[in-house]
Amino acid sequence: MSTYQLPKQLIANCELADNDWLWLGEDAEAADLQAIDGAQHVIAPVALWLSAQDQVAARQGHCIPWLGSADLAAQLAESVADINTIPMIALFFPVFSDGRNYSNARELRTTLGFDGDILAAGDVLRDQVFYMHRCGINVFAMREDQDLDDALKAFADFQDGYQVSVDKPVPLFRRR
Amino acid sequence: MYRYDNYDHQMLADRVAQFRDQTQRYLAGKLSEGEFLPLRLQNGLYVQRLAPMLRIAVPYGMLSSRQMRKLAFIADHYDKGYSHLTTRQNVQFNWPELGEVPDILAHLAEVEMHAIQTSGNCIRNTTTDQYAGVSADELDDARPYCELIRQWSTFHPEFAYLPRKFKIAVCGTRRDQAATQVHDIGIYIVKNDAGELGFRILVGGGLGRTPVIGSEICEFLPKKHLLTYLDAILRVYNREGRRDNKFKARIKILVRETGIDTFREKVEKEWQVLKDGPLTLTDDEIDRMRGFFHDPDYRDLPAQSEALQSALSKDVMFSAWYEQNVAAHKRSGYAIVTICVKQTGSPPGDLDTAQMNFVADLADEYSFGEMRITHNQNLVLADVEQDRLFELWQALKTFDLQADNLGLLSDIICCPGGDFCALANAKSIPIAEAIQRRFTHAELREIGEISLNISGCMNACGHHHVGNIGILGVDKKGEEFYQVTLGGSASNHTALGKVVGRAFSQEEIPEVVEKIVTVYKRHRESGENFLSTYERIGMDPFKTELYGEKPAVRH
Ligand code: SF4
Repeated sequence: MSTYQLPKQLIANCELADNDWLWLGEDAEAADLQAIDGAQHVIAPVALWLSAQDQVAARQGHCIPWLGSADLAAQLAESVADINTIPMIALFFPVFSDGRNYSNARELRTTLGFDGDILAAGDVLRDQVFYMHRCGINVFAMREDQDLDDALKAFADFQDGYQVSVDKPVPLFRRR
Repeated sequence: MYRYDNYDHQMLADRVAQFRDQTQRYLAGKLSEGEFLPLRLQNGLYVQRLAPMLRIAVPYGMLSSRQMRKLAFIADHYDKGYSHLTTRQNVQFNWPELGEVPDILAHLAEVEMHAIQTSGNCIRNTTTDQYAGVSADELDDARPYCELIRQWSTFHPEFAYLPRKFKIAVCGTRRDQAATQVHDIGIYIVKNDAGELGFRILVGGGLGRTPVIGSEICEFLPKKHLLTYLDAILRVYNREGRRDNKFKARIKILVRETGIDTFREKVEKEWQVLKDGPLTLTDDEIDRMRGFFHDPDYRDLPAQSEALQSALSKDVMFSAWYEQNVAAHKRSGYAIVTICVKQTGSPPGDLDTAQMNFVADLADEYSFGEMRITHNQNLVLADVEQDRLFELWQALKTFDLQADNLGLLSDIICCPGGDFCALANAKSIPIAEAIQRRFTHAELREIGEISLNISGCMNACGHHHVGNIGILGVDKKGEEFYQVTLGGSASNHTALGKVVGRAFSQEEIPEVVEKIVTVYKRHRESGENFLSTYERIGMDPFKTELYGEKPAVRH
C-alpha cells in the first residue's frame, strides 16, 4: 500500500495547524485500513472509503475520503445519507494545472451544501491558494517545498472578486 | 464605454501587485519555469522567438483615445516603437523585457487596461462585431453583454486551469463580422416569437488544427440566464474536457466525442442547479451595463450630406476610399469609418507610435474619443459626421492610413508568423506583402470582395480556415511551404476552406493567388463575388489551373 506524505503542518482557516492525518494511496485496501491504529486519523481513497463504511463508522469521524481529479463530489454525496456527517473531504491535485477539483470544491460548497472542511493536497502551491480558497477549500496541505509564511499571504492577494465565491455568496454586481 | 469603479480599480491594483511579486519570485529562482508559465500567460506574457511578447487586452475591441496614447507611450518606452493589432481585437508588443512587464501593467492600470487572461488555459477576451451599437442593422448592442461576460470571466476562481484556452464571441448585428461560429462559445442575440430578446448559443466551434463550426446548444436563452448558463457549460468542460492530449483538449473535441445532444443534457443538468441562483442577471444590472454604452451626443443632421456629395463627385480617390471603407450608421448624418491597417510594405495590423497617437487625435476630433479594433486587424472610428469624412480622409493621408482596400484581396488577416512567433512553421508577413505587391489597385477593385487569411502554423491565429482563400505555413522536411485552401468564410454562413492540393513554395504563392483570381474572373457571373462563384463552380477549375489537367494528389 502506498501513502502520500502529508506535510507536518497544514494551513487551516488561514492559520498554521499541526497535521495529524495519514493519507492512504489509491491502491489501499480494506485490510490496510483495518491494520491501522483506531486512533489514527486517516484519509482514504473515496472508493475504499465508500466500501468500508463500517470501519469508517467505527473510527468516528477520524476516517475521511479523498477525491481525485476524475472523481465527482456529487457521486459521493449520492452515496451517503448526509454528506454533512463527514467532517472533512480531501481533494488531490496531481499537478497544479489540473483544475478539475476546483469544480468539486465549488460544487461541494454550493449545490451539495457541504459545510465541513475541504482539504487540498498534492501539488498545492502558493499561487493557486487564493482561487482554491474562493472555491471553498479551507485546509491546505502545501507541497513540501512551499514557504508557509508566504502561502499565508495568498489569502490577501485580492480584496474582492466579481463572481460568487464562498466568502462572498452573491456576485459583485448585486453588491455594487 | 465601460468605466471602472473602485471595485474594478482595486482588483486591477491587486493584480498588478500580485504579478510583480510573482515575477520577483521567478527572477529570484523561487518559482520554477513551469510554475511561472501559467501565471505569466494569464498576464499576457509569452516568451517568443526573439523576446517576450506581451498581449494587452482590449475588451471587445473598444479603446479610448487616452488608452491608445498610453499604448503609444508603452510602445515608445518599452518596445521598438510599434504595436500589432490581433485577431482577438487585442494589441501585442513584441519586444518588452520580462522584468519591466509589471511596470507596463502598472501604466496600463492607470487607463483601466491590463493583460489579464489574454493567454493561457482560461477564458480569453470576449469579442464582438466592430459595428456593435452603431450598425444600421442590429437587434441589440452586444457590448453590455460582453462586459458582463468580461467581469464574470475575469479571475473566475473555478476556471483558471481549464484543459485549454476558451474563447467567447457575442454578435448582435445581422451581418456577423465577429466570426462567432468558430468560437468555443458563440452567442447570437436573437428575438423569439414573443418578441423578447435573448441568446442563441453555439458551442464547440474553433479553428486550430481541427477546425469546427459550433453546434447549437440552446435555441433561445432568456437574457437573465446568460451567466448561469455559461457557468454550467464551463463546469462540464472543466470536468470532462480531455487533459491527456493538448491537441484534443479544446471543447470542440469534447462536444464531438460526447455528441451535442448528450453534451446539452449534461449542461442542462448542471444548469438546473445554478439557474435562478445569485448569478442570475437582474434588470438593474443589465440597465447599468447598458448605461455605459449609451449613444454619444449626436447632432441632428440631415440624412444626406451635401459636403459629402460634392467631395465624392470631385475626388475619385476619396470616392474610392468612401465606397470601400465607410459603412452605414444607425444615426442620420453619421458614418462608420474603417481605417484599414493594411498598407502594403507594413505588416498587416502594425501601427507605429506616431500613427497610434495620430489615431487617438482623430478619435478625439471626429469620433467622441473612442475607436475599435476589428478582428480583421483594422481600426474603426464609429461615429463620424458625414460632413467631415473628406476632411478625415485628407488627415489620414498624412500618416499613410488612407488605404482604401477594406474587404479587398490586400486586406489580409495575417498572424505574426515566423518573424516573431516561436511556434511558426513558416513566415507569414512577407507572404502577405508579396501578395499585396502582385496586384495593382485597379485590379484589386476589379476583383472585389474577397478575404485572404494567412497563418504561420496550424494554430490558425490568422484564421486561414475561414478565409475565402486560406494560406497555411507548413514544414516540409525543414523547408517552409504553404498549403492553400479555398471556400472558407467567417460570415453568418460560416464555412471551412478545403485544401486545393500539394503545398507551394514561398516564391510560388503570389502566382498561385493570381491564378485563383483568374479562374474566378473567368467564371463569375455578373455581381457574383469570389465565394459565390467558388460555391457554384467547385474546386476542380481551380485545381486544373494550379496543377494542370489532372488534379494533383495531396501529400
Ligand atoms: S498561427 Fe502559428 S505562427 Fe501564427 S501566430 Fe499563431 S502560433 Fe504563431
